[in-house]
Amino acid sequence: MILARDNNDVAMMKDFEVTTDDFSSAGIASSKIKKILRQIGIDSGVIRRIAIATYEAEINVAIHSYGGKIEVYIKSDRVEIFVEDTGPGIADLDLAMQKGYSTASKEIRELGFGAGMGLPNMEKCSDDFHIESEVEKYTAIKMTFNL
Amino acid sequence: MKIRQIAELLDCEVIIGEEFLDREVKYAFGSDLMSDVLAYTEEDTVLLTGLCNNQVIRTAEMLDLKTIVFVRGKCPSEDVIELAKEDDILILRTEHTMYSASGILYSHGLEGTSI
Repeated sequence: MILARDNNDVAMMKDFEVTTDDFSSAGIASSKIKKILRQIGIDSGVIRRIAIATYEAEINVAIHSYGGKIEVYIKSDRVEIFVEDTGPGIADLDLAMQKGYSTASKEIRELGFGAGMGLPNMEKCSDDFHIESEVEKYTAIKMTFNL
Repeated sequence: MKIRQIAELLDCEVIIGEEFLDREVKYAFGSDLMSDVLAYTEEDTVLLTGLCNNQVIRTAEMLDLKTIVFVRGKCPSEDVIELAKEDDILILRTEHTMYSASGILYSHGLEGTSI
């Protein structure tokens, strides 16, 4: 666990492993999270934003890291998503946040990703976006969605 | 535009979801790059793509897109079709290229999303 969690007012917490061995299975965690949020009855527009941002993050973990975890904290007034991986990290976060900047391989681009839109899209979809990273160690993201 | 009309205009084969042909869409978005689909697509949009893997279905699922047209005669594999079934996604397939398919739909009044 890299980023601090605030356990006050947590109605539900779920966690999901993200592995990197099979790209075709990337998205399973985001799909499960979306279904849970729908069952709880959260507004569909908010669910859509959470689903897009979580999926982008999950794809990044699957592409770039050695493996990671997604944790979902559902609170009375917000949903917090933590995405933390171990891996190469990001050397220049400002550069990584720019639209169009990507270090993804040609193979990943052929699979439909690596356009350098993921991180900016996560920031756009969430109400609050926090990212930190240490090269050769980890990348950690917290996204908050107000209900 | 009704999906049924899209299927007729593009001479589509219905791969799965025949029961959903009366669905309506307001816009179309064409891309082989799911990153861009995720960044720019609104709801009520039909997705045209030549990419044919699981992540196309996952992308559609996250965006609440309910119809996918595979262009250039691309044919999804069984596991891709199974994944689409779980989310009631309608899949069409056309021999037209992305350019031609987009042109045909646009000329019949189906607009793109503005980004």
